[in-house]
Amino acid sequence: MTSQKTASSQSFPAGSDAFPHRHLLGIAGLHPWEILFLLEEAKQWVDLNKKSSKHADKLDGLTVINAFFENSTRTLLSFEIAGKRMGADVVNMHAAQSSIKKGETLIDTAVTLNAMKADAIVIRHGSSGAVQLIADKVDCPVLNAGDGSHEHPTQALLDALTIQRRKGDISGLTVTICGDVMHSRVARSNIYCLTTLGAKVKVCAPPSLLPAALDRFNVEVFTNFDEALQGSDVVMMLRLQNERMNGDFIPSPREYHYLYGLTQERLKLANDGALVMHPGPMNRGVEIDSDVADNLENSAITEQVEMGVAVRMACLDILTRKSRGVEGWS
Amino acid sequence: MKRIFTNARLMLPNEPQPKEGDLVVDGDRIALASDVADGEHRKTVDCKGRILAPGIVDLGVFAIDKPAFRFGGITRAALMPDQSPVLDLPAMIKQSAAEGKPDLWSHPIAAATPGLEGKRLAEIGLMKRSGAKAVATGRQWIADSGLMLKLLQYCRSLELPLIVHSEDAGLTSGAVATNGETATRLGLASATAAAEAVSIARDIALVRETGARLHFRQVTTADGLNLIRTAKSEQLPVTCGITPAHLLLSDIAISDFRTFARLSPPLRSEENRLACMEAVQDGTIDVISSGHDPRGPEDKRLPYAEAATGMAGAETLLALSFTLVRDGMISIGRLFELLSTNPAKILGVEAGLLLPGYEADFILVDEDGPWQVDTRKMAAAAGNTPFDGLPVQGRVTAIYKGGRAY
Repeated sequence: MTSQKTASSQSFPAGSDAFPHRHLLGIAGLHPWEILFLLEEAKQWVDLNKKSSKHADKLDGLTVINAFFENSTRTLLSFEIAGKRMGADVVNMHAAQSSIKKGETLIDTAVTLNAMKADAIVIRHGSSGAVQLIADKVDCPVLNAGDGSHEHPTQALLDALTIQRRKGDISGLTVTICGDVMHSRVARSNIYCLTTLGAKVKVCAPPSLLPAALDRFNVEVFTNFDEALQGSDVVMMLRLQNERMNGDFIPSPREYHYLYGLTQERLKLANDGALVMHPGPMNRGVEIDSDVADNLENSAITEQVEMGVAVRMACLDILTRKSRGVEGWS
Repeated sequence: MKRIFTNARLMLPNEPQPKEGDLVVDGDRIALASDVADGEHRKTVDCKGRILAPGIVDLGVFAIDKPAFRFGGITRAALMPDQSPVLDLPAMIKQSAAEGKPDLWSHPIAAATPGLEGKRLAEIGLMKRSGAKAVATGRQWIADSGLMLKLLQYCRSLELPLIVHSEDAGLTSGAVATNGETATRLGLASATAAAEAVSIARDIALVRETGARLHFRQVTTADGLNLIRTAKSEQLPVTCGITPAHLLLSDIAISDFRTFARLSPPLRSEENRLACMEAVQDGTIDVISSGHDPRGPEDKRLPYAEAATGMAGAETLLALSFTLVRDGMISIGRLFELLSTNPAKILGVEAGLLLPGYEADFILVDEDGPWQVDTRKMAAAAGNTPFDGLPVQGRVTAIYKGGRAY
C-alpha cells in the first residue's frame, strides 16, 4: 500500500472512470482518487440529511434488497434509511427469515435474489468472502455491509468522511486503531482506506488479538496502548466482542480495560484535540470510558453514525448510475 | 501365457534413468527375461518407446475413485479411515479391501481410535487380520500423548506403520488458513505453522521411546522437515510425505477465497514451500501422494471458512510431480521411488518395483505428453483442483494391474 498525496475534487476522472467498479466489496485495491470520489459524493448527502425534507428521487422505481445473514441493527438501519431517502423501494431480508435456515446454499440464495430483479443488493454475512461469492452470481451491484473478519467498506468510508470533516486532509494525520484487530473487518477496511489516503496508521491490540503479518500492511504495530497513543491525531477504538472476552483471547474485561481501555487520562497521551472514534456498539467501561465517548469536544462517535447514512446514499447512487443510464456511466 | 512388453524404457529399481529393454509378464507376475524360452507361446506388446514404470501406489486417499486413478496411473490406493462410517471395525476393513478388485487394489487403513475420536484404542490387531496394512489417525491428530504412546506401542508390536496428521489441534483450533499476509488480508482465521512442528516433535519423542514405524502423511513446513531430518539421522523409523499442491503452491493460491485451494494442512508460505522442495531433493520426503479427496459443489461452493478441505489430486499427481524432474530437481528414478516404491514399502506390499515375482502393476508413460487440467473434464468424482487451467506435461497412456490392461 503506497501513501499518496490526496487528489482534489477537481481532479476526478469524468463519468464512470471516477469509479469503474461494478460492486463495492472492499476498500483493498481502490485507488486514492476512487475513495476520495466516494467521499466527495457523500458530502452532498450530508447537507441534504440536515434539511427537514430529506428525500431525493434518484433511485425512484429501483429496488434495493438488504440481505443480512448476520444480525445487525445500526448498519441495516443506516442502509435502509439511505435507500429510502434516495427514493428506492427497500426490502430487508433477515437471516432468521431466510431459506439459509432451511439448508439452502448461499449460491442458491444469490440466484433467488437475482431472479427477483433487485437493482442493488446490500449484504452482510458472518463469513469472510461470502459477499464476493454472491456478487459473482448476480447481475446487479452488490455492496458489502460486512463479511466476517474481511471488510466493511462503507464503515471505513464513513470514518474517513468524519475525519475529513473534523481534521481536514487525511494525508499526514496519525491514526491509532486499537482493539480486537484480529476479528475486525472495520480495522482492515480502515487500514486500507487510511493508508491509501496517506495517513500514518498505528495499530494496537493485545498480542492474542493481533493478526499475523500485520506489519506488512504499511502500519506500525503496538501492543502497548500508551506508546501507540503518542502523537496520534485520531484514536479509533474497536469493539471487543463480549463472546471472546474470557478465556480464549484475553484474561478478563477488567484487565483489558486496564491495558487497552481509552480513559480521559490515557487520551492525554495523544495530540491535543485528538479525535475519538468508535464504530459501535460500544462496551462502555471496557474499551472506552463513558466520559470519553460522550465528550463531544473530542468524540465523533455520533457523527460517524450520521456520516454513515450519507456515505451509503452516495454508494447506492454511484453503483446504480450505469443501470439508470446516467450520462457517462454506460 | 507369457507376455513380453518390448521397445520400452524400463524404470528399474535404483536406477536414476529408464533403461531400454523388455519386460516379461507371466500371468499376474513380473518374470525374468531369461524365463522365456525360444518358441514358447507368448504375446508381444510394443510399448513404442514409452517409459514403463511401476504403477503408482497412492498413500492416503479419501475416496476410491477408479476413473481418476486409471487416468493417473494409480494401481493401488491406501484408503484413509475417514469414511462414513469410519473404518474402525474389522468387517469394514475386509469389505473395503475387496472393493476395486481386480483392476485396482485398495488398501484400507485402520482407524487408530474408534470414530477417529482420539479417545481410546481401536481393534487394530483384528483389523490387521482383516487386511489393514497401516493404521492412521485420520484428518486429526491425537491430543492425548498417553494414548499416542500406547498406540505406537501397539503398532510396534503388530508391525504396522502408523500414519499421522501433524497439526497440534490446540494451536489450529478454528483456523482455516496458515498465519500470513494472505490470511490477514482475507480476514480468515489462521494458525501458526508451528502447529506442525509441535506435533511432529512430540511424536518423534514417542517413536524414540517405542521404536514404532511412523509416517507423517503430509509435512509442509521447514521446521517440521528439520525435525524429521534429524530423526532420520538418528536412524529412527520415520518417513514423511507431501502432495504436489503443497510443493507447487503457496498460501497466495487462496486469494479471492478460492475454496479449491483450501487444503489440510493449509497451503503454507513461500519459504516453507521452498523448504519442501529442498526436502524432496535431499531425501527427507519419502512419498508424494495425491491426498485425493473429490468434493462436489455442495462442499466447495461455499464461503471459504465453511468449505470442505481437500482436492481431487489423483489425475494430476504424476503430471504435477513431473515438474520436479523437468526442473532438474530430481531424476525420474527418484520420482518413481516417491510415487511407487516408497509408499509400497511403507505399506509392506510387494509392489512399486519392477522386480521378478512382484505383482505386474505398471504403467506406460509419455513423459512429454501435454494436456491441460480442466475441472469440467476431469474423470474424478469431482473436479475440485486448484490447478484448473494449468498446462501440464506427462500422461499415462496405459495402465496394467496384475498384468491386465485397464
